[in-house]
Amino acid sequence: MAPLLQITNLHAEIDGVEILRGINLTVNPGEVHSIMGPNGSGKSTLARVLAGQKCYQVTQGSILYNGRDLLEMEPDERAGEGVFLAFQYPLEIPGVSTKYFIKAALNAIRKRRGLDELDAFEFLTFIKERAKLVDLDLALLDRNVNEGFSGGEKKRAEIFQMAVLEPRLAILDETDSGLDIDALKTVAEGVNKLRGPERATLIVTHYQRLLNYIVPDFVHVLMGGRIVKSGGKELALTLEEKGYAWVENKADATVNA
Amino acid sequence: MTTMTTMPEMSATDLLATDFERLNGVARASLTTLRRAAFDRFGQLGYPTTRHEQWKYTSVKPIAEAALRLADAPLTPPHQRELAEYVFSDDEHRLVFVNGRFDPALSAGAAPLPLPRGVHLDSLANAPPGNAATIQSHLARHAGYDDAAFVALNTAFLHDGAFIRIERGVVVEKPIHLLFITRPGHAPGVVHPRVLIIVEDNASATVIETYAGPDGSKYFTNAVTEVVVGEKSSIDHYRIGREGDGAFHISRLNLHQSRSSNVTSHFATLGGAMVRNEINAVIDAEGCNCDLYGVYAASGTQHVDNHLRVDHLKPHCNSRELFKGILDRHATGVFRGRIFVAPGAQKTDAKQTSRSLLLSDTARARSAPQLEIFADDVKCTHGATIGQLDEDAMFYMQARGISQGDARNMLIFAFANEALAEVRHQPIRTKLEALLWQRLPHGSLDRGPG
Repeated sequence: MAPLLQITNLHAEIDGVEILRGINLTVNPGEVHSIMGPNGSGKSTLARVLAGQKCYQVTQGSILYNGRDLLEMEPDERAGEGVFLAFQYPLEIPGVSTKYFIKAALNAIRKRRGLDELDAFEFLTFIKERAKLVDLDLALLDRNVNEGFSGGEKKRAEIFQMAVLEPRLAILDETDSGLDIDALKTVAEGVNKLRGPERATLIVTHYQRLLNYIVPDFVHVLMGGRIVKSGGKELALTLEEKGYAWVENKADATVNA
Repeated sequence: MTTMTTMPEMSATDLLATDFERLNGVARASLTTLRRAAFDRFGQLGYPTTRHEQWKYTSVKPIAEAALRLADAPLTPPHQRELAEYVFSDDEHRLVFVNGRFDPALSAGAAPLPLPRGVHLDSLANAPPGNAATIQSHLARHAGYDDAAFVALNTAFLHDGAFIRIERGVVVEKPIHLLFITRPGHAPGVVHPRVLIIVEDNASATVIETYAGPDGSKYFTNAVTEVVVGEKSSIDHYRIGREGDGAFHISRLNLHQSRSSNVTSHFATLGGAMVRNEINAVIDAEGCNCDLYGVYAASGTQHVDNHLRVDHLKPHCNSRELFKGILDRHATGVFRGRIFVAPGAQKTDAKQTSRSLLLSDTARARSAPQLEIFADDVKCTHGATIGQLDEDAMFYMQARGISQGDARNMLIFAFANEALAEVRHQPIRTKLEALLWQRLPHGSLDRGPG
């Protein structure tokens, strides 16, 4: 089986400061990977580089997505090819209604996939059904994108967008932050319902708690811009118990050995 | 007799005088004294230069040097079906003017709507004698020309225009649309459209003024509109600028409000090489509300100047100004807003906001608020921002699959929409959204949100 995502020796910097220092990661269809790490380790940078944010510069390495060079693609092209980033801090867009925004996004992506645009009725039926999946208040659809949403509503809205756009590679950047336990469960259920043999999920998180509800196949620990440890789902529990210092000491030990 | 060519031996002043005299046989005799006085005043004032404080950021030199003649008949008169481009719906009362002259045939159209009782809608030149006294007591009484060269010029050439009078207690449901179309004549022409709108007490109306002309032609529109709003009356006023890309457009709107009246005016500037819109609102009674909105989109080397003055002369009145400019390429935008609060005009609530969105490194925006407050219990605020598109928002939209061009258009549109959303009349809002969308240079979306 060909990997969906293959990251090789990825180096990236922002404003001349190197954040990612040689990431290697392979994600196959159907898998759920979690990237964990302390603040400042480069987790969110990795997520944003995958989505194509321009302020990060890739200085070395490669990213193959579905066999294609991801770094050659514009952010919208990546989205069209099935890459989705659930933002850590979703943007507020005054003057653009959520409904209009999501319709423009869905139709742009359908167009790239060679599908017809949905008519108004089909669209409304579809988004209502998807909103239910994450228990999103339908009234939010008529409000401007994320404007005045609570922290939890923003995160739900991100997963709702994901449910509408049906990505092949979903990257969740700190989706658990700002969610209470009930919201966390709902959002996790939504994500789980969207899992499938063709799709993969990359969960970027500081804490283990989201992984209680979205159980990963692999857990990677990112520190200082490198993946310093990989393992199964039990690694997340160990980290929760022993803290990141445990890996740090072990990593130092490895280097010093 | 179409031998009127430009005569190089005549100075611009001589040309002006020739055109002025030419109108003497055309304009109503009752206007002669007024016209003469205004013409003399213009002779004293001359065209303003950028040394004048009020014209510091807008140069009218190209107008002064253009040797423009009073527009004659168009080479090809517009056809009825061409009006479709400009009308908002078939459900409007309409007066059409071509090169400054009332066109009865185009105005009647295929199926003119019957005018409700108490609504007078006529050309100023044809207004029946019954309205002579009303016209006499208002025309040129509100738009003073003593210190305003272009108002003086307009008044000097006053011979036709639109007259609207809504009698006391009458509510006009359908909009009244004044459509001023300029067409190329034998020489680059100037038109001086004049509008007088009188809404008597307890009455209300929606009035749209559209100014339109073709691209690729040099001409000058110098318009003056006087609006008098009676007690407890309201007017929903729109001014749509769709001049051609070679046009100079200078306009003055004078609003005079009586007790407890409501005025909303929207200025949409979507064309013209050089545009200057002056709005002077005089709130001369208690309990009034005056909302002024503007949207302008300029590109190329277009220059758009919105020049507002709101005089709060009496207590307990609100005014709101919200102007939004989208400037691309080498375009320049100017916003000047003066709020004057007279001594004793307590509890005045005046809010002024000007926002400009620069889409290129070479576009320029200038904003100059001016507050003159002589009362102590008032709330006056002004805010001006000049910004660019939010890169993070762009990325967010692109990360959802929306192309860069479409993302850009959606953000620009959203920016303008803060003002457009205030348009109460649905057909006008829909049309303005479509017109604005057409002017956005990027992307493939064929329509705005709606």
